[in-house]
This record gives sequence, structure tokens and C-alpha cells, in this order.
Amino acid sequence: MSDLTHFTLLANATSVPWSDVPAWPVADFIDAIGAEITRGARLCSLFGVPEGDATQLVAVLAFDADSTLAIGRSTPLTGAFPSLTATHPQAHLFEREIWEQHGLTPEGHPWLKPVRRTHGGAPATGEFFRVDGGEIHEVAVGPVHAGIIEPGHFRFQCAGEEVLHLEIALGYQHRGIEEALVGGPHRTTLIQMETLAGDSSIAHATAHANLIEALTHIEPPLRAQWLRSIALELERLANHTGDLGALAGDVAFLPSSAACGKIRGDFLNLTAEICGNRFGRGLVRPGGCQHDLEPALAARLLERLITTLADSGQAIAWMWDAAAVRARFENVGTVFPAQASELGMVGPAARACGLVRDVRYDHPVGWHRFAQVPVTVWPDGDVFARARVRSLEIQRSGEFLCEQLGAPPESDLFEALDRPAPDTIAVALVEGWRGEVCHVALTDSVGCFRRYKITDPSFHNWIGLALSLRGTAISDFPICNKSFNLSYCGFDL
Amino acid sequence: MIPLAHQLLRLACWVLLAPLLPGIINQVKARVAGRRGPPVLQLYYDLARLWRKGVVVSTLASPAFVILPAVAWVSLLGAALLVPLGPAGAALSFHGDVLLMLYLLALGRFCTAWAAMETGSAFEGMGVVREVSYAVLSEAAIVAAVLALCVQTGSVSMVTMLAPTAGAGVVLLGTGLFIVLLAENCRVPFDDPTTHLELTMIHEVMVLDHSGPPLAVILHGASMKLLLFSLLLTQAIVPLAQHGPIAATGLLAGGVLAVTLAVGIVESLLARFAYRRVPLLLTTAFLLCLFALLVAWKGGAS
Repeated sequence: MSDLTHFTLLANATSVPWSDVPAWPVADFIDAIGAEITRGARLCSLFGVPEGDATQLVAVLAFDADSTLAIGRSTPLTGAFPSLTATHPQAHLFEREIWEQHGLTPEGHPWLKPVRRTHGGAPATGEFFRVDGGEIHEVAVGPVHAGIIEPGHFRFQCAGEEVLHLEIALGYQHRGIEEALVGGPHRTTLIQMETLAGDSSIAHATAHANLIEALTHIEPPLRAQWLRSIALELERLANHTGDLGALAGDVAFLPSSAACGKIRGDFLNLTAEICGNRFGRGLVRPGGCQHDLEPALAARLLERLITTLADSGQAIAWMWDAAAVRARFENVGTVFPAQASELGMVGPAARACGLVRDVRYDHPVGWHRFAQVPVTVWPDGDVFARARVRSLEIQRSGEFLCEQLGAPPESDLFEALDRPAPDTIAVALVEGWRGEVCHVALTDSVGCFRRYKITDPSFHNWIGLALSLRGTAISDFPICNKSFNLSYCGFDL
Repeated sequence: MIPLAHQLLRLACWVLLAPLLPGIINQVKARVAGRRGPPVLQLYYDLARLWRKGVVVSTLASPAFVILPAVAWVSLLGAALLVPLGPAGAALSFHGDVLLMLYLLALGRFCTAWAAMETGSAFEGMGVVREVSYAVLSEAAIVAAVLALCVQTGSVSMVTMLAPTAGAGVVLLGTGLFIVLLAENCRVPFDDPTTHLELTMIHEVMVLDHSGPPLAVILHGASMKLLLFSLLLTQAIVPLAQHGPIAATGLLAGGVLAVTLAVGIVESLLARFAYRRVPLLLTTAFLLCLFALLVAWKGGAS
């Protein structure tokens, strides 16, 4: 990294005093972010911190190759700021969010509209990008869907079967979690973290716990770190298996569809063995873990895990062996590597475009400093690549678990916490099964949250789904959607 | 003239037995996937439930929205009554009845498509476009199959023309007709009858806005169409005339059951095709039937 960086550098899951974060006038600040992104940084989060009547902008950047994060901020401002989106598209949603939350206008933003609400109305009542022409037809799907899924609105511009453009309007599940966290942590905070995106309970709870531990300057006991990494991989196994089954179901390939649905439940039950909840709720707590994994239970878990992994391997192999399935997945819903990189996509969706991007490898924290999972990459960017990355991650997470379950570290499980340090900002990244979960917390003068910013991987990736549909048949939307399987509530917060 | 009691019995056969077929297919699919699956009689329960329900009609739709499913059902039943039931023959048989059957099937499709477009929904519009585009190809295959049978037997009445001859033609015709059966009845690999994804549906999306008795009529009509194609396929490839009435009836029922099981197994093991590949398969079906026609035409001379 060059000496030109004026951002404050820090590692994942650490904190710095707020006064050490450099503040620029906003135009210089935006230029500085742009320069860093051009040099290869990735925008993890960009948000506003209220300062009296004005707002300070804060940017968290990641230098993946250097395992380093960088924080910078602007001086307080009101009114408008120059938009970064035109030159660096990965800022597009963050700037819209700042406009929505703080009333600051990003000047020059090409498509400025609300992220989660249309003033007074539902998200779907807003303005949409339109294609005109005699043969163009518009298809509106949602927010109420035929399946039991979350609400979201999809607006397709089609020429016959071909989709020219898809725009996605979300916000139906906005619960005001970030607002509710101000002044916290409250008694309800952990429950809110575990239900931010219900299928990523462990990832979000771990990110929150890492953050609080960074703010209180403690290191959680090794055994807790070990247990968190096990729960995180179990979460990944369950979700990847379920989604591969759903992909098979969407192309009407019944053998894998039926088997994977059942095997997903088996993986969830393994998590339930550890903590009594299938989604791992109540396991991860700031300072450690609430449930231990005794040797007898670990041995039983390992035995069941080996059987379940063999089952899932078989069920997924049926899918790869069926030419009819491969033909449906190949060259459908392609996102090009350049697009993925420009848009700052994360997780399996980015790795399926050939981007080597995995928080467990790039910014290891907790148990991942001692035990690594190989990064899974596939070059093509289509539905096949995304499915392939997920099936390979199942194998690798499985191997990681089999190895780790046999070698538990001996230590306490929980360490008591002090109050968070005052006037400090901390960043925690966790590689959830969808990708990078980013939590940023800034404390006030008494150590309560002054601002808590959550960036779910879905926030980076929804635009990737929209792009994957360009030039694709509208009937292939379900498999494109399922190959990403992004979170609505994780986005809506 | 066949006595009235016979005609009523035939009518009852069609109306009462048809909903059994989708139940058997679903049962096969469930068993192959290792599930218990819905009861074989599920469609009967569904029909009874739908019949008791009210009808929701869009304010945009004209009365045709409710009437057309009934017209489609009647035309399907009409087509069904023209199809001979092995030794029992057809309810009505005349010179060229096969043409009337084809037109009645087309009328049924036309009515469903019209009713689908009544609500002005984008989904149903897409479904109609897909349905009629593929119909062009599958109807070509049916016409080729009918011609092959006509040339084989020198007859244009279904009672006499559904008498297969031994040889390569039977295999070609059977395969072609089976593909057409899958396409016409919206089965995998052409359509997925169990999907909930509106954007990928063909037939299901066309009936998305229907409810209550009209939906029941549509579902029942679809099951009759499946029975009709199974019967046609069985009689086109199994020589029933050589057997006594009881053996022939048994063979016919066994044939229909075998076709149903085959549909279930295809659905269990095959993924659905992408739309752009569907015309390829339908053209293949057309070519198979065309070659059957060539075999019937030129093969007899050698």
C-alpha cells in the first residue's frame, strides 16, 4: 500500500478512536474515496453520522490483498455533496441511502430514488426505468408472490421473452433496525441481530459480537471462536444445500429437489443440537458463546455430519450428472467479472465471476486466523458458476467442519465485558453464506451506540441480479434469482 | 345406433375416470422422489372443493371470462366422445370424424387462450403467447400422425384408422405421439405443472385468474385431454382388434396406465427444457410422425 493513504487503517474486528479518523471537506473526501477505489479498494460501507443539524459522511474501505480496512470521514455538511456513482458505481445504493436517511443530495447521481420507501407510498409506486417501443411489454411481479417468500417488487422491460432491463424495488420489510440501535446496546439488540436476516443469524450475531468485543478491547475465549466458526459453516451448509435443491426444483428436476430439501433440514438440526435452535439463535453472545459443545456431543455431531455430507454430495451429484439440468444453468444469467468488480459484489455471487473475495481469507478474524477454508472461485459468472461455487463450498466447509470438530481448543466459553469504549468506531466483517456482512458501530461519550451501520451482502448484490437478467429469457428469472437467493429483510433492515 | 345407457356409461367413464390420471402421475413422482405424495384421488377432492367456492371476476373482464372455460370443457368432451374406446367404439363415428376432433381440440385451446387474455394481465398474456406458439408445432405433429394412420388404413374414421400395423412405423409414431402428449398436456420437459413461478408457466399461468367452478372445469378439462391423448397413443400402437372384447378392454386400460406411468417417470427424471429448446423437441416429434407417414406410404409398396 502506498504512503498516499490518508485513511486510518485498521484490521477487521478492531476499533479506533473517532478522533483518529481523518476528516476532509466533503469534495476532497469523495475524491479520496474515488482514488482509493481506483487503486483497488472496495467500498464496504458509506453512511452518514448525524452531527447536530449537519451530517458527517463515513466510508469504510477494504484492501482485500493487504487484509486491511480503511476509515475516513468528511467534515459535517448539509445540502449536497458531489456524487461518486458516475465514476464508481459501487457507491450507487449507499448514496441513495444517504439521501433518504439524511437528506443530503448526491449531485450528479444518475438514478436518485429512495432505497426503502417512496415518500408516503409503497416502494413499487415509485418511478421505474422504462423502455419504449411497439414490441416492448412491461411485467410487474410482486410484492405478493406465488411462493412463500419475502415481499419485493420486480419490474421487467421485455421484448418478447427477452428481458432488456430489470429494476428491483425493495423496502417492504423496513423495520428501522439501525434507528432502534441508537443509544444501545439494548436488551433487544441481540435478538434484532439474529433476526436481521433470519437465514444468516450466526453471521450477523458474530459480526455484532466481534464489534462489541472490539469496542470493549477484549478477545473472546478461543473455544468460543472455534464454536462460532463451526456454527457459521453449518449455516453455510444448510443454506447452500437448500438453495441447490431449490434450483433443481425450479427446473423441475425432482430427485435433487426433494433430497436437498430434506438434507437442509438435517444440517439445521445439527445446529439445533448445539444450541437448541435450528438457526443458531441464542448461541453467539458478545464475549463468547452461550452453549458449549461437549466432547460427547461433538463426536455425535461429527458422525451425523459425515452421513449428511455424503447424502448432500449424492443429491447434488445427481444434478451435475443430468445433462438437462446443466443445459438449463449454463450461459444463463451471466454477470461479467468487470461488472461484478465495478459494482462491488461480494460472496459466492462475486466468486462465481472469478473474483477472489472471501472475508474468511482476506480479513481473517477469530478462529479463521488458525484454520482456513480454501476460497472457491469459478470463472463464468452464470447460474451454473454460482451453483458450482456453492456446491464446492459445501464440500470445503464440510471438510473444515470434520477437521475442526475433532480438535476443540480447551478454554472458557465466555468472558465478561466492560462497557464499550466511548467515542470509538469499530468495524467487523464476517463472511456469511451470502457474502460479506459488515457491521460498523460508533459510540458516544458514554459508550452507547451513536450510529450503528449494517450492510448485508444483499445490499451489494441485488444490482448483480438485475444485471444478470439482461438479455436473458424472462422464464429464466427464477433460476437466476435462486442462484443469488438474496435477502429482502437483510436489505430492508 | 348404440343404446342410450351405453352412451351414458361412456360419458360417465370420461367424466369420472379422467381425474384419476394426474393423481397417478403425482403418485409416481412422489414415490420416485421418496415421498409419500398426495392421495391418488386428490384432484377429485380439489374439484369438489372448487365447485363449492365462489367466483372472483376482475372488473376488467367480460362475461366471456366465465363462459369460455365452459365452452372449452364442452368442446374437449365432444372431442373425447369421438375417440373410440377400444372394442366399445366411439359415441359417434362418421367419415372424417378425426378432423372434427382436431378442430374441437383447437377450439378448446382458443377458448382457454381468450379467457386468459380477458383480465389483461401480463402473466397471462405471456402464457397465451407461449401456448399458441408451441401449439403451431405440436399441431403439425398431430396432423402428420393422423395422416400416417390414414395412409396406413386407408380410412378417415377413427374407429377403423386406429389399427396399427407392425413395423418401424409404430415406433416412430408412438414416440412422436408421446412427445406431443407431453407438450399438449403441459408436462415436463415442456411445462412444469407443479411450479409456483408465474414467469415460467405456460398452461398454469393462463388459468391464474380463474377461481371456483370455472377453474374446476378447466382442471377437469385438462385431465380429460390427458386421458384422450393417452387413449389415442395406446390405440395407435397396440393392436386391440386382434383380441376379444374383454382382453382388448384390459389392454386398453393397461396401455393408458402405462402411458401415465411413463409420464410420471419422465417427470421424475428429467429437468424442464429452456423455452428456446422446446421448438427443437416439437420439431423432432413432427419429423418422427412424418417419417411414420413416409413408412406407411412407401413402406407398403415394397
